[in-house]
Amino acid sequence: MGEDFEQRLLHRGAEADLYLQEWYGLKVVRKVRIPKLYRVKELDITLRRTRTAHEALIMHDAKRAGVATPLIYLVDMEDTAIVMQYIEGTRLKEYLESSKMKERLKVCRTLGGKVGRLHSFGIVHGDLTTSNMIVTGDSGIVLIDFGLAEYSRELEKRGVDILLGQRVFYSTHHGYGAACYRAFLEGYRDRVGSEEAEQVEERVKQISRRGRYAIER
Amino acid sequence: MLPKEEAIYTSTKCGPRICLGIESTAHTFGVAVASSEGKILSDVNDQYSPPPGKGIHPREAAQHHSEVAPKVLQESLRRWGEPLDRIDAVAFSAGPGLGPVLRTGATMARTLAYWLEKPLVPVHHAIAHIEIAAQMTGAIDPLVVLVSGGHTTITAFAGDRWRVFGETEDITLGNLLDMFAREVPLPTPGGPEVEKLADQGSKFMDLPYVVKGNDVSYSGLLTAAKRLLHSKVSLDDLCYSLQEVAFSMLAEAAERALAHTGKRELLLTGGVAANSRLREMLGLVAEDHGARFLVVPRGFSGDCGAQIAWTGLLAFSAGVNVEVSRSFVKPRWRLDTVDVLWR
Repeated sequence: MGEDFEQRLLHRGAEADLYLQEWYGLKVVRKVRIPKLYRVKELDITLRRTRTAHEALIMHDAKRAGVATPLIYLVDMEDTAIVMQYIEGTRLKEYLESSKMKERLKVCRTLGGKVGRLHSFGIVHGDLTTSNMIVTGDSGIVLIDFGLAEYSRELEKRGVDILLGQRVFYSTHHGYGAACYRAFLEGYRDRVGSEEAEQVEERVKQISRRGRYAIER
Repeated sequence: MLPKEEAIYTSTKCGPRICLGIESTAHTFGVAVASSEGKILSDVNDQYSPPPGKGIHPREAAQHHSEVAPKVLQESLRRWGEPLDRIDAVAFSAGPGLGPVLRTGATMARTLAYWLEKPLVPVHHAIAHIEIAAQMTGAIDPLVVLVSGGHTTITAFAGDRWRVFGETEDITLGNLLDMFAREVPLPTPGGPEVEKLADQGSKFMDLPYVVKGNDVSYSGLLTAAKRLLHSKVSLDDLCYSLQEVAFSMLAEAAERALAHTGKRELLLTGGVAANSRLREMLGLVAEDHGARFLVVPRGFSGDCGAQIAWTGLLAFSAGVNVEVSRSFVKPRWRLDTVDVLWR
């Protein structure tokens, strides 16, 4: 179905190719989960199908939680592709790299609030990296990738969510990431309440202690 | 952080600097000599092997190491063929690893350094896996996939440290293969044994596939594989499926990290890097993203003295050394807490 429309490769992500298309007069992104030659067919098709279906469903539902996500126009299970709204803006990764500290903290605080909304609604994102978010012109944040998202209220899954966010701040954004992470947690706490935030933070520590070489034991 | 001493050692002699390195973190005891010309002049290693069905017993491994230590040292020096006082520094694996085993290697290193009056250089074992691989493959600024019994880590260098972009949230890939092999039981280390059987398998069985961002989790996979083992399925097919799922998870996590960091090189190192199927998978990931794929040569993938001697040389040249009285071992030393002064 993609061949009817002119398209250009916008970005090659880890598991999907993103094409920019004109689609019935709309500017859209066609996200195609391409077969991965490195894994066996049985596994490959299962992963691509379940993730496509999950992503579309949860991306749509996230709006009900009050979190901006691209509009979904079409889900094509045959090609494991999703046609969605094109979001104008800068990826959070580049935004943080090029912004002043005050702006960084502000946007990270906003992000924490968004993640808090998702969690309160019963969604965990599963891949909170700064490549998966777009900062729009009005400093809003749009979450664009829900491939690893799940419906869950488990403390464990929330903890993993936050831990992954923390990891990105400390690796990709080392130098200023620690302050960003604190702002992110503040935003999160403001949304879910301090009692719940404390539980989640405690779980984050527990999870990182499970690894083999943990800083604190 | 690596301890830094104020004394600066200067060499009055001409020619390349020489570092003797002692590896002693787990099953391998090794002594090697490396030169600042980037050559490994000798590398002698001896492995402790527990009986099939058993894992490494720290005390027994330490005993094994102290028994073979003099022989390994002598043989390494003999192969090098130069007098011992030509050495400029003595490096040792200070961590992470098994406490009793670390202390055995450290004791020998301290003694040598004290007796020869040469600086003593503590080396982080995982950084040594990375440095030896980078040296052997010519990697410059890679995204590293480090897979061994002790580590399953996706890392890249930035701002004086190896930053962790993804890792296992519970057991390591080497652990998974070892613990599964033990349950069968197959000889330790389990990786090569599982690989042999997997090559005969062809029927794919559904096993838990858990990727969390750039992280993986293998404990559920281990439990499920053990359960299937006792339900009389073909062992070949089970090994095949176990490898496929475990490696695909890692390949996906690596691919995510590669896409996120935009690195142009993917470097595979550590003991499990010897596995052909894993090499193939990560090679395809790199190709898909236009990155150069590099793998540590098989002779240096497993734990060896060479990795410590070479990394010790780099560290020593950057001014890293520690007083004997402060040369503690660090069984839980985390990769991303080490300041790397030579990169």
